[in-house]
Amino acid sequence: MYSDKVIEHFSHPRNVGEIENASGSGTVGNPKCGDIMKMDIKVEDGIITDVKFKTFGCGAAIATSSMATEMVKGKSIDEALQLTNQAVAEALDGLPPVKMHCSMLAEQAIHAAIEDYKKKQAEN
Amino acid sequence: MNRIYLDNAATTAVAPEVLQTMLPYFTEHYGNPSSVHATGRDARKAIEEGRRQVAAAINAQPQEIYFTAGGSESDNWAIKGAAFANRKKGNHIITTAVEHHAVLHTCAWLEKQGFKVTYLPVDAEGFVTAKQVEDAITDETILITIMTANNEIGTLMPIAEIGEVAKAHKILFHTDAVQAVGAVPLDVKALNVDMLSMSGHKFHGPKGIGALYIRRGVRLDIFMQGGAQERGQRAGTENLAGIVGMGKAIELATTNLPEKAAKIAALRDRLMNGIVERIPDVRINGPKDPSRRLPNNCNVSVRYIEGESMLLRLDLAGIAASSGSACTSGSLDPSHVLLAIGLPHEVAHGSLRMTLGSDTTEADIDAVLDVLPGIVSDLRAMSVLNHETTTVSDETFACPRA
Repeated sequence: MYSDKVIEHFSHPRNVGEIENASGSGTVGNPKCGDIMKMDIKVEDGIITDVKFKTFGCGAAIATSSMATEMVKGKSIDEALQLTNQAVAEALDGLPPVKMHCSMLAEQAIHAAIEDYKKKQAEN
Repeated sequence: MNRIYLDNAATTAVAPEVLQTMLPYFTEHYGNPSSVHATGRDARKAIEEGRRQVAAAINAQPQEIYFTAGGSESDNWAIKGAAFANRKKGNHIITTAVEHHAVLHTCAWLEKQGFKVTYLPVDAEGFVTAKQVEDAITDETILITIMTANNEIGTLMPIAEIGEVAKAHKILFHTDAVQAVGAVPLDVKALNVDMLSMSGHKFHGPKGIGALYIRRGVRLDIFMQGGAQERGQRAGTENLAGIVGMGKAIELATTNLPEKAAKIAALRDRLMNGIVERIPDVRINGPKDPSRRLPNNCNVSVRYIEGESMLLRLDLAGIAASSGSACTSGSLDPSHVLLAIGLPHEVAHGSLRMTLGSDTTEADIDAVLDVLPGIVSDLRAMSVLNHETTTVSDETFACPRA
């Protein structure tokens, strides 16, 4: 039911981990639903220079986390905010319909990390 | 890759001897059992032999065995047939919160037809007691339906004691024994059951064939209108090869059953104890007492990680298992059984069920014990949850809809 690309990202996820003193950090999802995703970003001159994730969730949740980090790394925060769950799913050669909510989480996690970054910027 | 199949509660391989017995009934002895001629008579004989074999396996009479298309059909027939046949006597049914969906969804449908259903809660190991059943009985109660063995956590319900209660109150008692037949010895007379559901493919028989035991004298509504097959209760030309296969399979499965069950239970204990020794923060789901648990059932929750990701990693390593996580149930909620025994959602999502078969070897178990700890530590390293994160707030987010 999963594409080869989903299985590949699930088996060898990119950018797993946490960033110390992250510029922004976002956690979305809910263990009750079986998915929770945390994204840390490092922002330098408006560019996301590093991104790491940690995910509690199914194969699709891990694969979309991994793909989403690859898609925003090196992008400006404005570009990263354009990331949609459809784009993440398409980059993985599609997801089963019942798994589309996992790609929603990836989009929301990136957005939450950027929101957090912006909030911290405003405070400084 | 050498594949290790530990999902025998989902289905089993057809035994080679069973297949050999079935094959002539597709080609050589293909007759319609209702036909008068010799070809038909051969088919009729084979069906009655299958019926005799199924009856003998559970200490019933052959005329008390009705063939169906499987366990779900047997459950549907028993419950709906008993409910409608006794509608004038009352409208109340007693069941449990941990039944298979073939029972739960049938009961829910009957509620829409005006019946009242009590879903008894279970304890932390999945048990109901005969006293709970007795306390739930009202003047309106017409049927009790409680599974013999739980398909997820292996709990063996106190069927004989519940049977006593049902008998004393003259209430029909059905049991879904789909997981128990061929796994533990069963005797319908000792258990005091009026109806018992079984399914061929759970004990190395073919798929698409099952049976319902209906105690002599018990009247149910007809399940399928049509010809006179199955004493006019379940019309349709018989699944000849399926019946032959189910008969052979149940005979093989119940021969020397106590010895075979003890051997499987020893391997299961090796697996379950091995997991607990090698992996921190795991919880055994289901009865701790091996004598009150299906011999082939191992169910554990591995904390901080999610079940489907474990299944995928195990599958990549050639090991087939199953989970009660939402991601494997096709819904967003984890298994109703794991929630009913009181597990928090995130612990239920991390469940792993491995069900052994008669062909499972010690080497298979050791291979799983070699591979699983590494998979768990990989996934834990990736997870947001750990022993320091207390239960992350439950109610702040709604589960997203797909």
